[in-house]
Amino acid sequence: MATAEGNPMSDSSQRRLRVLLGHLKPRAAQATSTSEHKAPASPSIPRKRQELLKWNGWGYNDSKFTFNKKGQAEFTGKRYKLSGMVLPSLREWMEKTFGASLDQKTTSRASLNASDAPPAILNEGFIQDIKAMGIPFSHDVEDRVFRAHGHCLHEMFTLREGMFKRIPDIIVWPQCHEDVVRIVDLACKHNVCIIPFGGGTSVSNALECPEDEKRTIVSLDTSQMNRILWIDEKNLTAHVESGITGQDLERQLGESGYCTGHEPDSMEFSTLGGWVATRASGMKKNIYGNIEDLVVHLKVVTPKGVVEKSCQGPRMSTGPDIYHFIMGSEGTLGVVTEVTIKIRPLPEYQKYGSVVFPNFEQGVACLREVAKQRCAPASIRLMDNAQFQFGHALKPQVASIFTSFLDGLKKFYITKFKGFDPNRLCVATLLFEGDREKVLQHEKQVYDIAAKFGGLAAGEDNGQRGYMLTFVIAYLRDLGMDYYVIGESFETSVPWDRVLDLCRNVKERIVRECKERGVQFPPLSTCRVTQTYDAGACVYFYFAFNYRGISDPVHVYEEIEFAAREEILANGGSLSHHHGVGKLRKQWLKDSISDVGIGMLRSVKNFVDPNNIFGNRNLL
Amino acid sequence: MTAAMGSPYAQREIKNKKRDVFEDILEERRQSSDLRYAMKCYSPVIYRNLVPCKPSVLKTMVLHSDQLQYVIKQISLESGETCDVIQDQAAEILDEMGQNLNLAAIRMFALTLSKIFKTLFQKVCVNEEGIQRLAQAIHEHPVVLLPSHRSYIDFLMMSYVLYTYDLALPVIAAGMDFMSMKIVGELLRMSGAFFMRRTFRGNKLYWAVFAEYVKTMLRNGYAPVEFFVEGQRSRTCKTINPKFGLLSVIMEPFFKGEVFDTYLVPISISYERVLEESLYAYELLGVPKPKESTSGLLKARKILSENFGSIHVFFGKPMSLRSLASGKLNRSQYNLIPRYLSQKPSEDIQRFISDVAYKVELHQIANMVLSPGALIAAILLQNFPSLSYNVLVDKTMWLKELTEAFGGYLEWPDNMSASKVVRSSLDLHSNITKLIDGEVFLFDNNTNGVLTEELVFSRGVSVLMCAAYRNQMVNIYARPALVVLAMKMAQSSKSEDVYKMFDFLRNLFSKEFIFFPGFEKKDFEEGCFLLSKCDVIQGNPHEMVLMEKGSSTTVFLLKMFHPFFEGYQLAFRHLVEDMTRKWTEKQYISTVRSFVTQCIIDGTTTCYEALSSDIQKNALASFVHLGLLKVNKLEGQITFTVNETNIEDFAGKLGLQVPTKKLPVARL
Ligand SMILES: Cc1cc2nc3c(=O)[nH]c(=O)nc-3n(C[C@H](O)[C@H](O)[C@H](O)COP(=O)(O)OP(=O)(O)OC[C@H]3O[C@@H](n4cnc5c(N)ncnc54)[C@H](O)[C@@H]3O)c2cc1C
Repeated sequence: MATAEGNPMSDSSQRRLRVLLGHLKPRAAQATSTSEHKAPASPSIPRKRQELLKWNGWGYNDSKFTFNKKGQAEFTGKRYKLSGMVLPSLREWMEKTFGASLDQKTTSRASLNASDAPPAILNEGFIQDIKAMGIPFSHDVEDRVFRAHGHCLHEMFTLREGMFKRIPDIIVWPQCHEDVVRIVDLACKHNVCIIPFGGGTSVSNALECPEDEKRTIVSLDTSQMNRILWIDEKNLTAHVESGITGQDLERQLGESGYCTGHEPDSMEFSTLGGWVATRASGMKKNIYGNIEDLVVHLKVVTPKGVVEKSCQGPRMSTGPDIYHFIMGSEGTLGVVTEVTIKIRPLPEYQKYGSVVFPNFEQGVACLREVAKQRCAPASIRLMDNAQFQFGHALKPQVASIFTSFLDGLKKFYITKFKGFDPNRLCVATLLFEGDREKVLQHEKQVYDIAAKFGGLAAGEDNGQRGYMLTFVIAYLRDLGMDYYVIGESFETSVPWDRVLDLCRNVKERIVRECKERGVQFPPLSTCRVTQTYDAGACVYFYFAFNYRGISDPVHVYEEIEFAAREEILANGGSLSHHHGVGKLRKQWLKDSISDVGIGMLRSVKNFVDPNNIFGNRNLL
Repeated sequence: MTAAMGSPYAQREIKNKKRDVFEDILEERRQSSDLRYAMKCYSPVIYRNLVPCKPSVLKTMVLHSDQLQYVIKQISLESGETCDVIQDQAAEILDEMGQNLNLAAIRMFALTLSKIFKTLFQKVCVNEEGIQRLAQAIHEHPVVLLPSHRSYIDFLMMSYVLYTYDLALPVIAAGMDFMSMKIVGELLRMSGAFFMRRTFRGNKLYWAVFAEYVKTMLRNGYAPVEFFVEGQRSRTCKTINPKFGLLSVIMEPFFKGEVFDTYLVPISISYERVLEESLYAYELLGVPKPKESTSGLLKARKILSENFGSIHVFFGKPMSLRSLASGKLNRSQYNLIPRYLSQKPSEDIQRFISDVAYKVELHQIANMVLSPGALIAAILLQNFPSLSYNVLVDKTMWLKELTEAFGGYLEWPDNMSASKVVRSSLDLHSNITKLIDGEVFLFDNNTNGVLTEELVFSRGVSVLMCAAYRNQMVNIYARPALVVLAMKMAQSSKSEDVYKMFDFLRNLFSKEFIFFPGFEKKDFEEGCFLLSKCDVIQGNPHEMVLMEKGSSTTVFLLKMFHPFFEGYQLAFRHLVEDMTRKWTEKQYISTVRSFVTQCIIDGTTTCYEALSSDIQKNALASFVHLGLLKVNKLEGQITFTVNETNIEDFAGKLGLQVPTKKLPVARL
């Protein structure tokens, strides 16, 4: 049933795919076949990840930002809409925003040096038993290093210039739930430590190995558990193995005319099991819900046995929901192996949109009103002025829909926008989904509300570009790192009445902290409101600075990130809306959920995993 | 021990610090046109995030704020009045207190004040570095100006100085009594003052409107907000213990994350001669003060013919509230309740507010400029009725050195002989002191041996006026002086015993002088450090001894603080005379005054300062604080009774005996 490129598809699913996956990799025709009888649809990401993905940066090997001979920025490869395009303004933006210069370059190590890696601690008994069971495994250094990290800044920095103190000793690739049961049994028997690995997109240090772990660390890579086991059209659910990536899940469901609608920005690489383990949130949650709304059933292998519920009832009053121990457990309790997830028919119609507001305050007021009237489109995001300006920097040379926001706006609204200060205005991007008529009606409703807050509709293209940017922005960090610019994003959720204060204070705190720590150029400190709820919003920050002249940039960076998080908490923001706690934000968990709360989590952990087999030490 | 709030006042540090340079702003006014000055282009630095708005818009914002709307609803529920009615009342209150900044008025004001100040004062000196720091601060974050308060001139002066330097005029939380001065009141209002009633305790609506008004101005960075941490003019020229109410209001926007930061700027305004000096003395002696009214101020016309010397305005370093709070406060305590609800400040917040308040005052004190008159006053008070002019000159020079060694901030005229300096200072204060045949008199001693109440009163006036000038520097001396006093009173010369006594005295005088809360040890060390630096004491961790070399300093310090000590002793004696009695504060103040007057007439004391209601009030508060008095609240009236359990112990510490005959029989 593998769909090679060019297979005839239904109209709607074709349209759907065009829109949704336009930026994603076309089906790899000859995907690394593992000659697995169990894997009818070979996954987009091969077992040897390094064959396709960067070992020291984000995303695909073939896709990256570089400066060409003329000194113009380019995005290489063919995968994304931006691929192959020249971006003439990017350089100037980098120079102006960060004081970066093409002459000031740092380079990453060219390749991994096997002898740098810490030697593997191998539990022979465990390996013998694994071998005997025929479960694929590896202790190749490249494989091990690849699974020693997520995508936090310091992890990238370490890959480029140093080495982790501790990495997994062995990788195992279970093919199915039963394999996982056996692996966990063996782990208990031999007292080795298991760290589940999904897509490796963690941004909370969740995958980092505890330095002082003396036992063998087994990275349990779920990538080979990637089948959709069944689709139930009567109940609109699909039963799926946890290692499937977002892009494969949506594509394969799309072939049957369905989708989950769960689209985190990392969906090309992150996995269903990873989403469950981190309580992920997708861009279109307004229609489809967050992961906790989507999950109907879970199967989880723990050292105490398998946890699951006995039926698929849509809601239950059976005491505290045990799935809520699992969602957000971050690999500390066991391995999520199979998930029954809600599906929806592919939407008939999709439409992007955008609104320009005179200032961020008005924009937030509008989003609040939209949330109040419960008429948020599939996605609604509000960028602040700095991000709006950044959009300009990614303007490709070729005249196409890729003219920058600014140009796009100018073209259509040059007269209307007279009263708008280009240094204050901000943009909301919108995505509507549904049947055509309803979408158009919905669209009107939202634009009417926007108008009350001084918002002017600014076209579909601006909207679409806005969403496209979120997929390439992760690549941009790698470019920055080549020129002494380091950065990261982080997020929070906050009640409506504090959104503005929190945004302002956190951004300002970052600027101030940079100054105090000797950062020589003002940092990029920008935010956007990415989700709306009845009672509040999710806010997402980008922060980057030029570290020339600073001897320990990662340390400085971490101090500033720490300060920013403190500021968030002091302003009524949460510890995390969707990235999770991992090890990065552990120190604040106690204050966030109270001593008793910690005790509750701890007692669950102690019961489920008394020997700390799942010893990645996240959360607690 | 490291200072919990940074070091608020290590006097030794201040001593070594390079002082800012003062600039006389009247000099230019004397040379160029006042009118042109008043009409100059005035475009002050403003807060970078300011969205400019008119006072009327500001008022609307206040009236429609969630905070005020909530309170209005509450009051409506409680009282049965409709919300509309209460809303109207709120609007009225707002109009009553509202400032009405108006450029024409400001110019008019500038012109008038130029003329007045030039006749009244020789110089108005401002540290320009402070002005530059302030301008920067105003640009960055909302600013709160916190001047010391010795005179009504204070806030006229503040606005005048800021206008002169092209800085935003502050909005001032001023006492309502000013408003009854028709023209002046309106002028003040138009140049940015807003008024609050002196007493609105219990008036929920008033407080809500007021607090919201202040906070709205801060959140918008509309203009610097100005008020006095001391809460009122200090009649004694001694810094008054801080009030916390307004401080907590202005800190709230920061606590709740509504502003990123707020700058607090301590400002010290020092007067060589205070306009209200005699009024204050009368007030302290219980003669009711005249209501401030325009005619009252105009009568002050006669004042215009007098010379009030120089004024120094020192703008301290802006203190970032955020930096002060860093690591000390958990602001997430405000996360769980909507921000429009006012929340009783938690203990750590209260402590923080209090610490900041003391810190501000200690900065004010450290940057207060002392004039030769303060030194002379201190000397005269120890030598009344008179001493020889030459001795006075010598002692003044001696005291100058000591004061500087203790970190006092003296402005001494350059190129003038000591004698000249003393002479001109005596001239300036000729209403208090008389120089006759080479003798300097504080008051004339021609009593024919008979002291009448009238005479005691009139001498009291002279002493209290004089004491006010000494008081300008009393806080500089408090630490070392209390160490010396403690050494004299302690059981032994063991450091431990001396410290215990010091701690007692510091506690006893906690309402009298300004001590940073919780810094007992530090204060002690500071005092010891200064004393040993000046060779007054010698000590090791176990023992402390007074040195022969420093005996004149020792004597001076003891005498300087004796009036306070004796004042408290007299208060105590009076209280224990009839231990069954219930006192209101008013009754107590008046009977203790009679008691002291009688003691003076009897010749059992010469402590005229003990007549001061200020000392008596402070003593009362201190006795309550120490548990010597019990507070009873009955039908809104507060009365005090003696708490007999502590009496003897306490008397012992004060060096007194409880008159046994007065002890109730039951206790025997
Ligand atoms: C560019 C970028 C964009 C992102 N955008 C979003 C977004 O929009 N929304 C969002 O929610 N997050 C986002 N993230 C964060 C990240 O993608 C999510 O946390 C995601 O859910 C992690 O999935 P993963 O499969 O990559 O898990 P991994 O990173 O491999 O693992 C994350 C944690 O989950 C555990 N884990 C993984 N699989 C399992 C399993 N099967 N059973 C038990 N434990 C498991 C791991 O041990 C680890 O502790 C983004 C990250 C990046 C780098």
